[in-house]
Amino acid sequence: MSLLHSLTQRDRVFDFMAPQASPVDVRHGPILYMEDVTVSFDGFKAINNLNLTIDDGELRCIIGPNGAGKTTMMDIITGKTRPTSGSVWFGSRHNLLNMNEPDIASLGIGRKFQKPTVFEALSVFENLELAMAADKRIFPTLTARMTGEIKDRIDEVLETIGLTALRHQPAGILSHGQKQWLEIGMLLMQRPRLLLVDEPVAGMTEQEMERTAELLTGLAGKQSVVVVEHDMGFVRSIARQVTVLHQGSVLAEGSMDQVSNDPKVIEVYLGADDEEVA
Amino acid sequence: MSLTTESSTNFWLTRPFSERSTQIFLGVLLAALALVTILHVVVPPSNPLHVGAYTVNLFGKYLSYALLAVAVDLVWGYLGILSLGHGAFFAIGGYAMGMYLMRQIGERGTYGHPVLPDFMVFLNWDSLPWYWLGFDMAWFAFAMVLIAPGLLALVFGFLAFRSRVTGVYLSIITQALTFALMLAFFRNEMGFGGNNGLTDFRELLGYNLRSNDTRLGLFLATGVALGLGYILCRAIVTSKLGRVSIATRDAEARTRFLGYRVERFQLFVFVVSAMLAGLAGALYVPQVGIINPSEFSPIFSIEIVLWVALGGRATLYGAVIGAILVNYAKTIFTGVMPDAWLFALGAMFVLVTVFLPKGVAGLFHYLKRRKRDDTANNDPNADPTSKEASA
Repeated sequence: MSLLHSLTQRDRVFDFMAPQASPVDVRHGPILYMEDVTVSFDGFKAINNLNLTIDDGELRCIIGPNGAGKTTMMDIITGKTRPTSGSVWFGSRHNLLNMNEPDIASLGIGRKFQKPTVFEALSVFENLELAMAADKRIFPTLTARMTGEIKDRIDEVLETIGLTALRHQPAGILSHGQKQWLEIGMLLMQRPRLLLVDEPVAGMTEQEMERTAELLTGLAGKQSVVVVEHDMGFVRSIARQVTVLHQGSVLAEGSMDQVSNDPKVIEVYLGADDEEVA
Repeated sequence: MSLTTESSTNFWLTRPFSERSTQIFLGVLLAALALVTILHVVVPPSNPLHVGAYTVNLFGKYLSYALLAVAVDLVWGYLGILSLGHGAFFAIGGYAMGMYLMRQIGERGTYGHPVLPDFMVFLNWDSLPWYWLGFDMAWFAFAMVLIAPGLLALVFGFLAFRSRVTGVYLSIITQALTFALMLAFFRNEMGFGGNNGLTDFRELLGYNLRSNDTRLGLFLATGVALGLGYILCRAIVTSKLGRVSIATRDAEARTRFLGYRVERFQLFVFVVSAMLAGLAGALYVPQVGIINPSEFSPIFSIEIVLWVALGGRATLYGAVIGAILVNYAKTIFTGVMPDAWLFALGAMFVLVTVFLPKGVAGLFHYLKRRKRDDTANNDPNADPTSKEASA
């Protein structure tokens, strides 16, 4: 049946018929839909009956104490970890559990890791070039030429992340904050529908944090952004909608004010945090 | 590098020609080929500047080693795969050429058999094994020079890269591969001449291998093959695929997340490299007149890596310099004091690692940068952006 389906989809047979925009079906609202997801590592449930819905164009912050399952959740969405049970849908057409990492990436889910990983031997420009959404098979990559269009796109992203002046420098010499921005720029080059950003401001200065907040809020609307962050001040400055994870499931969801007044949240996370401070 | 990336609007195979380093390399190579030819042909043997047939032959051998080193640098320098088994691809290319040369001997062998090579007659075989069929035709044998090592690399690489075997584990497996092949080729039953290998060659495409003209021709052909192989490798490393390779070398998982099927890129570059190594082996065999299982020995494969490290990894021209330097030193040392050679090789490697971590090519880079800094300091009107842009 699925074979018949794939044969009758002409846009899949003839590459040129494939629509330019990512074929993600968001007519029903959510771009990411996780239902009853459970992951257990040798009996330990890192994720326990997690239900999470992200709307198209939304900027969502996810907070939670260490071990709440934030990184595991990202791993599931990007195909790195397979859940023990549950379902994960991207739009209402793509079942992410049937896809591998490169397929998910080319579908339009970009991930920024906690530790910035850029290609240090390559220049800032080349880092963005490699990240660009393009035909990534071997021969098209071998024969790829630099066109004005590609250059314009790279220049545009360089402008957004504020690294235009450093375009020819090897990425290895960038500061920590600049590497984080370059990595966000690399995600933008892929024209993702959904951006997963893991602790973007860890180790940043106050100024760099502000710049990052601007960058992320500027992206929302054009694409959906999910930010996992520990820094509450930063979350407060960008968040419209906050989800609190605890022991692998959703503890609370709502605006920052709602969440920070929720007694359960205060108990497990904010309260504990305050005690530490006190 | 980034400047060439932005201006890389031309066809990928011709891109190296607009690079200064490739222009210099090709210029030096052509000049060296021309010089040796003139000193060999025009200058009379009585003149001390005359280059004898023996030396021409020796240079030809160095050039085939240089091509092999370029192939290793392509996978090690740019893809980060430390292959300790490239000698296997070199030897297989060499055996393909050797089989053709054996079939060319025909009835002139010691036993005078019209079809079977001497060692098969000696083993009382009555017909050719199936895999020797077709090697009497030059086009088939020459195609096999590329196809046989390429196929081995394809199967081996497919299994290794699909299982995400990388780093030191891959190095060990490549070493095991060449060792296993060596043991197999030592066996008479394999049909490749066992211990003695293939030798006693006479003609290549009708030219007598013992004549000086053929030797000069082989030397020049090897030089041309080195030039073409170099251009191909440069074209690959300056393409977007080359940058994906470097990205794979430095952060494999990250490259995969960008949507590149890393294992296919690794496989592609590995196969290209194996085919170049096979070509080098095929040019080597008629010049030394023998191919035997010692080319499969793990030590030889490690030596190739030393050439590249000595010349400077990830530069390609460094590999050429390293291969020629080490082998020239080897020729001298094994002539003067044969027992000291391995010590000399070890000492060279230690000295280069300590004092020139980027190899001989790193020294060039250093001198170039110092010269540029000097001119920039001495000339207050120098364009300040030029230094930054090319850094």
